[in-house]
Amino acid sequence: MQAAITPSDIWTALADVTDPEIPRLSVVDLGIVTNVQVTHEGSVSITITPTFAGCPAIQYMQDAIRERIRQLPVRSVDVQVSFDQPWNSNNITERGRAILEESGFAPPPKHNGYIELPLLEYVTCPYCGSTDTSLQTPFGPTLCRSIHYCHACSQAFEQFKPLA
Amino acid sequence: MNRDTLSALKDLLLKMADDCLILGHRNSEWVGIGPMLEEDIAFASIAQDKLGHALALYTLLHQYCGEPDPDTLAFMRPATKFKCCHLVELPTQEYDVALVRHFLFDTADRIRFEMLTASTFEPLAKLAQKVKGEIVYHTMHASAFIRQLPHGTEEARCRIQTALTMLYPFALGIFEPSEYEEILQRHGIFQGERVLEQRWNQEILSVLKQAGLEIDNSARPVYGGRKGYHTDHLEPLLQEMSEVFAQDPMAEW
Repeated sequence: MQAAITPSDIWTALADVTDPEIPRLSVVDLGIVTNVQVTHEGSVSITITPTFAGCPAIQYMQDAIRERIRQLPVRSVDVQVSFDQPWNSNNITERGRAILEESGFAPPPKHNGYIELPLLEYVTCPYCGSTDTSLQTPFGPTLCRSIHYCHACSQAFEQFKPLA
Repeated sequence: MNRDTLSALKDLLLKMADDCLILGHRNSEWVGIGPMLEEDIAFASIAQDKLGHALALYTLLHQYCGEPDPDTLAFMRPATKFKCCHLVELPTQEYDVALVRHFLFDTADRIRFEMLTASTFEPLAKLAQKVKGEIVYHTMHASAFIRQLPHGTEEARCRIQTALTMLYPFALGIFEPSEYEEILQRHGIFQGERVLEQRWNQEILSVLKQAGLEIDNSARPVYGGRKGYHTDHLEPLLQEMSEVFAQDPMAEW
């Protein structure tokens, strides 16, 4: 008989599901998975929360998670989207921050619950490491990214926006 | 929750959601024609956020207030069932009008969500916690332009002042009191439109002062939207917005 599925098996499988916009970043490292429960009978329920309320990728990720978990020996899987534990940018894991940087995005600065202009200026350039940068616009190609310019390496770059 | 409280909650959620949906649509009209690329993207992003907030609020109405699903609420209601204020319905016109409206509305919207983080209706308090963080970006954007533009050319100052004078009475309509103010306060769901209006006034006045702009203190608020009476601009907007959906409401997307 097969050993029962545990929450830890689910978390491991979830690490295979990635953000469609940043293909190396998993939903776990992005910090959008807020709850995983497994019953004795093997019914799995997962709760996720969007980075931004208007994120068009959330349904895609919801489907991708359902599909991935169905590959495991589970009885059923239910994936809910909820704001019960709202996402904020401090939820991105250290591993997630490293992946963002390797992918050419500045990770969001850690915040203490308030986002103010100084936090958005002087972002560290993910290409050369300089802080001689300026904010071009807080609105980028997706809701969660802002656009910056590095004066040291003359390169425009994106930051994953801090969100309180 | 008893029937009166439920009606009060429904009224609050619906007017908020409708404001977001309609202003989201108006903001999206800048896509592709913004005065500069950054503003094009800014208004598109803000529009997308607004639709996200509308969706989340319609979802609460569906889950807790017995209302139809979000798409039906957004796309299948006649104008008379909408509770949005007139400010969000007005045609976009020029960029100065769009910018001043964005400033006046989003400042109120941010303060409203900040207040709602203390709501006793927990699903709304949690959503507010989320949304207020996003709107910070909207008010930061609006306030920066409102502070700077009037210090540019005389034409810029004149345009922003004219837009402000035209829109201010409509902005006061955001705070049209409902018949449920007392119930909402008594149950700790929302502190009410008057508290919101006072905080909003304080905040916009401080930005307007730095910008050298003035408001007309004798302006009379334009009410009616919260009761289902709308300008002639809402109907064509709703028709355009729901054109595709209405062709086949059962279609799978």
